[in-house]
Amino acid sequence: MTAAPAVIRASRDPNAPHGPYPVGLAGLVVTVAMLFAAFTAAVVVRRTGADWVPVPLPPVLWLNTGVILLSSIAVERARAAARSADVRRTGDWLAAAALLGVLFLGGQFVAWSALVSQGVLLGPNPHAAFFYMLSAVHGAHVLGGLGALGWTLRRARAGAYQADRYTGLTHAAIYWHLVGGVWLWLLATLLLL
Amino acid sequence: MTETAHAGFWTRYVFSTDHKTIGKQYYFTAVVMALFATTWSVLLRLHLAWPDAQWPLFSTLFPGLFQDGVLLPERYLSLVTMHGTVMIFFVVSLALVSGFGNFIIPLQIGARDMAYPFLNMLSYWTIVPACLLMLGSFFAPEGAAASGWTAYPPLSAVPEAGPGSGLGQTLWLLAMALFIASFTMGGLNFITTILNLRTRGMSMFRLPLTTWTLFIASILGVLAFPALTAAAIMLLLDRLGGTSFFLPAGLVFGGEVLPHGGGTPLLFQHLFWFLGHPEVYVLVLPALGIAFDVVAVFGRRPVFGYRTSVWALFVIAVLSMIVWGHHMFVSGMSPYVGEYFSVATVTITAPFAVLAMNLLGSLWRAEIRLHPALLFVLGTIAVVGIGGLGGIFLATATSDMYLHNSYFVVGHFHLMIAVVTFFAIFAGTYHWFPKMFGRHMNATLGKVHFWLTVPTVLVGFIAMHFLGMGGEQRHLYDPSAYEFLRPLQWLNVVISVALLGAAAAQLVFLVNLVHSIFFGARAGANPWEAATLEWTTASPAPHLNWGPDLPVVHRGPYEYRVDGALEGYRPQAAPPGAPAATAVAP
Repeated sequence: MTAAPAVIRASRDPNAPHGPYPVGLAGLVVTVAMLFAAFTAAVVVRRTGADWVPVPLPPVLWLNTGVILLSSIAVERARAAARSADVRRTGDWLAAAALLGVLFLGGQFVAWSALVSQGVLLGPNPHAAFFYMLSAVHGAHVLGGLGALGWTLRRARAGAYQADRYTGLTHAAIYWHLVGGVWLWLLATLLLL
Repeated sequence: MTETAHAGFWTRYVFSTDHKTIGKQYYFTAVVMALFATTWSVLLRLHLAWPDAQWPLFSTLFPGLFQDGVLLPERYLSLVTMHGTVMIFFVVSLALVSGFGNFIIPLQIGARDMAYPFLNMLSYWTIVPACLLMLGSFFAPEGAAASGWTAYPPLSAVPEAGPGSGLGQTLWLLAMALFIASFTMGGLNFITTILNLRTRGMSMFRLPLTTWTLFIASILGVLAFPALTAAAIMLLLDRLGGTSFFLPAGLVFGGEVLPHGGGTPLLFQHLFWFLGHPEVYVLVLPALGIAFDVVAVFGRRPVFGYRTSVWALFVIAVLSMIVWGHHMFVSGMSPYVGEYFSVATVTITAPFAVLAMNLLGSLWRAEIRLHPALLFVLGTIAVVGIGGLGGIFLATATSDMYLHNSYFVVGHFHLMIAVVTFFAIFAGTYHWFPKMFGRHMNATLGKVHFWLTVPTVLVGFIAMHFLGMGGEQRHLYDPSAYEFLRPLQWLNVVISVALLGAAAAQLVFLVNLVHSIFFGARAGANPWEAATLEWTTASPAPHLNWGPDLPVVHRGPYEYRVDGALEGYRPQAAPPGAPAATAVAP
């Protein structure tokens, strides 16, 4: 029997030393993966239609791909900095990652504008329709990731991460890599299929 | 002292993060939605039995639905669509999975709350606007969605396709999107809570089967619902953005050829049923979980084959993800693919038979206490068998070719995902009511409720099978318009009389429910002398469930009839070596 705590809190149970986050994160990853798997299935089916004429996608997408890959590397640098208890550099790398994420979204917008200016709209061409839809749905997930990065940035600046305790940062990183990975997958689906 | 001991009314009852309050919120939201959906079905059944009759009163009560006392054909389809959608997603899912799941999981595993209490509150408050949007869609200029609960395109994708395909359908899609978001948040919460917050000693194989089934149902939901999300996004773009994901070329509406082309409605059907079929098990499995828990308590003996039941649940979960094509045998799929879906579907009967046999085995030589909770569980077990028989004919492609889209299907799925699940909801309510409100429901009224409900629903839904074998199609506004169906019209009258009786019988339940909340006899902590963990805390369970120390679990959930004594049972939290508690004979 331990002494009764003055305040009983809901989510601070001794039985879950690592907190509920790994399982919840795994569930989230599965959900996101299933969503894009369903979209991929739709691409695989729809592209057999006679009207499937691939639209040349704007070259800026390659730049965007590089940007989101770099931002994943920045997040890993932030984790390395957290591991060596460097509060300032943890925050700096996270800020860089988030900035690159914003840059990615801006680049996606440039790609959309380029397509629109070429007269490629959402409706008539199924390949373009998939591009617009998938990049928008993906963009929504990037926004969620930016929220997570912003939250970890705040925690990092407040010195919440220590050399042996930066689980929240790792989880944000996993989600961010997922978002980057999904982008590579979508690009391959739309360019190579 | 607890952290919300001094919380105000709003944080305590409205924007609460307490899993028990949220569970009750879900439950009563489902009750309200059930009142709507049942009312719609009453209007439908009155019309189907007496298509020529005029009901001037209804013209006054529902001016948009009736004209000169007759239900309008386009509104008939809206009512069918909304009845199905609301019952499946906003009544059974909410009461059985979200309601009982929220209330019972932390209590059964020895946790203080869900893993993410705030997310839990968020998921409930996402459901509320979903309900309002769904109900509000009746006020759309051309009425609520009318493309059936499956929302097949092109009817659901082309706003010009007919009344109900306009704004009503868009609102339907938005409401479903909110529902999916909420249900996914809830599912992630359930999975995380069960894996991470079990109290000391509560190994996975000591979990009560209600929690096991909710766990597996949550995994199914998380895996399957994203497919519908994807389909809903594409459908919305087809409707509003001019895309052609699901719309083929050459569609003509109102004399005009639509600009769409190249899409395939079958793609939507695949995506829909990739969710739709697992969703059936998301609903049915928790119903069986509740059945196991109630049988053990009111039969006073351990559940037969606990471990085989758990493995059977896993097998059902895996199979349920790979059989969706059996809803599409007549869609022109290759006979080889159809054969695969047939065989895989029929295979599900094996693990299901394991569950059914284990339930029957649990009743074998049980010392049965005929409480309303057990009565409804006996009903659940019986209807799983009866309804399952019809499923074999629908799973077989050759017989499904004839029965597809007929009232045979309507009868089958009403038995399986209406009667089975509602019976489990009733059983769960009679069983856990003392824990929820600290009072008992009236057992005599409960028995009256059961004996009025069972014959009426069985007659109504079994008769639908015969109607279907006679060739009557679902979604028919006026079956008497067809010469060959006229001799079957008497069956429609039988069905309507029976089901109107069943609807009326639910008033007994409602009165009992509301009356007992305020005036029921006070209940102790463990009125049923049950062994699982939720009965070790006070009734109603206090905020954060237990005092300063969490219970520690020492054994499985069903240790009844221990030491050879019929009345002996050991609660999960009783320390080793403690003498068996003794149940007082009823």
